[in-house]
Amino acid sequence: MPRTTSEDVPQGVKTPADAARHVSAGEQQWIDEILTPTVTKSPERPIGANTGTNRNEDGTARFTTISAVPVERLYTPADLPADWDQHAAQYLGHPGQPPYTRGIHATGYRGKLWTMRQFSGFATPEETNQRYKYLLENGGSGLSVAFDLPTLMGYDSDHANSEGEVGKCGVAIDSLEDMEILFSGIDLEKTTVSMTINSPASVLWAMYLVVAEQQGADWKKISGTLQNDILKEYIAQKEYIYPPAPSMRLVIDTFEFGAIHTPRFNPISISGYHIREAGATALQELAFTIYDGVEYVEWALRRGLDVDDFAPRLSFFFNSHNDFFEEIAKFRASRKIWYRLMTERFHAKNARSQLMRFHTQTAGVSLTAQQPMNNIARVAIQALAAVLGGTQSLHTDSYDEALALPTEEAARIALRTQQILAYESGVAQTVDPLGGSYFVENLTLKMEQGAFDYFDKLDAMGGMVRAIEQGFPQKELAESSYQYQRAVEAGEKIIVGVNDFVVKETAQQILYIGESVRESQTAKLQRLRERRSNEDVVRRLAALRSAAAQEPRATPGKLSDANTMPYILDCVRAYATVGEICEALRDVYGTYEEASWT
Amino acid sequence: MTTQPRDKQPNEFPIRVLVAKPGLDGHDRGAKVIARALRDAGMEVIYTGLRQTPEMIVNASIQEDVQCIGLSILSGAHNAIVPRLMALLKERGADDILVVLGGTIPAQDIEFLKEQGVAAIFGPGTSLETTVEFIRANVKPRGVAV
Repeated sequence: MPRTTSEDVPQGVKTPADAARHVSAGEQQWIDEILTPTVTKSPERPIGANTGTNRNEDGTARFTTISAVPVERLYTPADLPADWDQHAAQYLGHPGQPPYTRGIHATGYRGKLWTMRQFSGFATPEETNQRYKYLLENGGSGLSVAFDLPTLMGYDSDHANSEGEVGKCGVAIDSLEDMEILFSGIDLEKTTVSMTINSPASVLWAMYLVVAEQQGADWKKISGTLQNDILKEYIAQKEYIYPPAPSMRLVIDTFEFGAIHTPRFNPISISGYHIREAGATALQELAFTIYDGVEYVEWALRRGLDVDDFAPRLSFFFNSHNDFFEEIAKFRASRKIWYRLMTERFHAKNARSQLMRFHTQTAGVSLTAQQPMNNIARVAIQALAAVLGGTQSLHTDSYDEALALPTEEAARIALRTQQILAYESGVAQTVDPLGGSYFVENLTLKMEQGAFDYFDKLDAMGGMVRAIEQGFPQKELAESSYQYQRAVEAGEKIIVGVNDFVVKETAQQILYIGESVRESQTAKLQRLRERRSNEDVVRRLAALRSAAAQEPRATPGKLSDANTMPYILDCVRAYATVGEICEALRDVYGTYEEASWT
Repeated sequence: MTTQPRDKQPNEFPIRVLVAKPGLDGHDRGAKVIARALRDAGMEVIYTGLRQTPEMIVNASIQEDVQCIGLSILSGAHNAIVPRLMALLKERGADDILVVLGGTIPAQDIEFLKEQGVAAIFGPGTSLETTVEFIRANVKPRGVAV
């Protein structure tokens, strides 16, 4: 598949550089008569300490976004391309119309609100099941499963490496039995469920599918999302097991399986969230995430799949950080960029292949342990940005998440924040209300431009897997996060309650998870291993190993012979554990260790 | 407590620190930022990379002759990891190494971890300067061969 060259990128998306601004007579008059005397009399002052980096060469104040992008005093028509009005359809269009900058639905949220999907999971499957029922009873409209670290890394709760980690960062799932408990009393045909699982994604998905089947749900009707985004693990979150090539193969296996068996389930959520949390700027989050999407498409095409068979089910996941307008610009730009890539680079014909659909979560990294109640305000602003950016679903963080997993009360306030936005604020009543704002449109165009500049670099490196092997995105993130931390240390960026407006505080009530989860999961595993047919498990794991070792080739309309999904489903049905199945794949693929870049 | 009052720190011997990431967690932003800040403050820093066992961390500390180990733990596994690490340091006669911990540590665990010998716990929002100053003021001087 030929990669895009810069000639394919249409010209005319560039925002005018300062020198090229064509200032109108009215604006010039304002500069001369109003602005200049004002600035002379009372000079502008940077927000935060005067560090020198927030001053221009002539000593005037310099204002920047949280990603260090300069922000001008005022935006006017002079900050839009000269042919903006003439080519309005190409630049912007209308909602539900290419290039989808203004949203993927013609009616925005007037027909259907975003899905309020709170990410949750802790301790045992029994306890998490109770929290899910609580969230659904309180008006949550979808579920999102947080797994604990042993599950994410493909170890059972009784493995030596799991010591101290079981049930801490999410729910502990070892076998189909745990998945049955997790969704007991929850109708999987009616509830959309998102699962944050990556390296062992196909294993947990197989467990989910079997539970749905046991409930009598039709696989063709169930809907939800598997995170299954291994590329951002290598870039940011680092919960990988196998090396990149076999990991990509497992992902493509799920695309292929999903296209045939679960047409309403998103087999992947291509995630910028973690890239941003690891220190990326808004632009880096946008560019690396969408380019990860490009890489998945390239690998699926190499398998022999048709782009329109799987692209309609590719979904995305972004972070919503503190810098309000920058975030909105990022969301708006993401839709246009994906549309352009799918049409210009991949020649997708199906309109659904061209739609960027995304979930958003407010920025965990922005939450402070100091004066934690202040986080409620941060989350509300970030959630508002996501809604104004046109997100399909939203998770709002709980105010106590810089300290621990959320208490029930904190989780409820987070959900209520979304409900206040949806039902009280009025922002859901009109589509893309910031469309046409000179500032937001200028930022949106700059995001698009900046992303395509990164794509050129990544293409030149030979794609994302190659870029990861060279440490390129990892180093970019490390640099951005360090520069940001330096700006905070210098007081150039203010974090309320942390480096300014500080008070003395007492300790906060938090959710505390002890070591008992490991004990109860271990006892459950022991009973399971006594009860199930271990011979059957061994036989099915051997069949999986043999399929995993073969190279799958697609035949149109059929699953590749060596697609691992049916074999994993077989293992799961025999109650093979997450650890056993991942171990079988480790036997075939080996494990990955990155060189450490600091 | 393994902390010592500040001793004469000859300028020609930079402080050596091992920044370590134990447990299964992969969130390494904090560890990397700290590693770079300590380096910028003139220290020699070795970063272990991810998923190091207490055994690996103690071995590396002794081989690299460090005066300080900085652990980064965000997953809640600190109560399992720290006692094992401290016991191993003692066993190997390396308990003069200053051990500091950064991450999300519930307030109720702090006393236990300090009893184990952790000199300081730096929670979210701690300034880099605080960490640098603490290490400077509390490491034992170098120069004695192990």
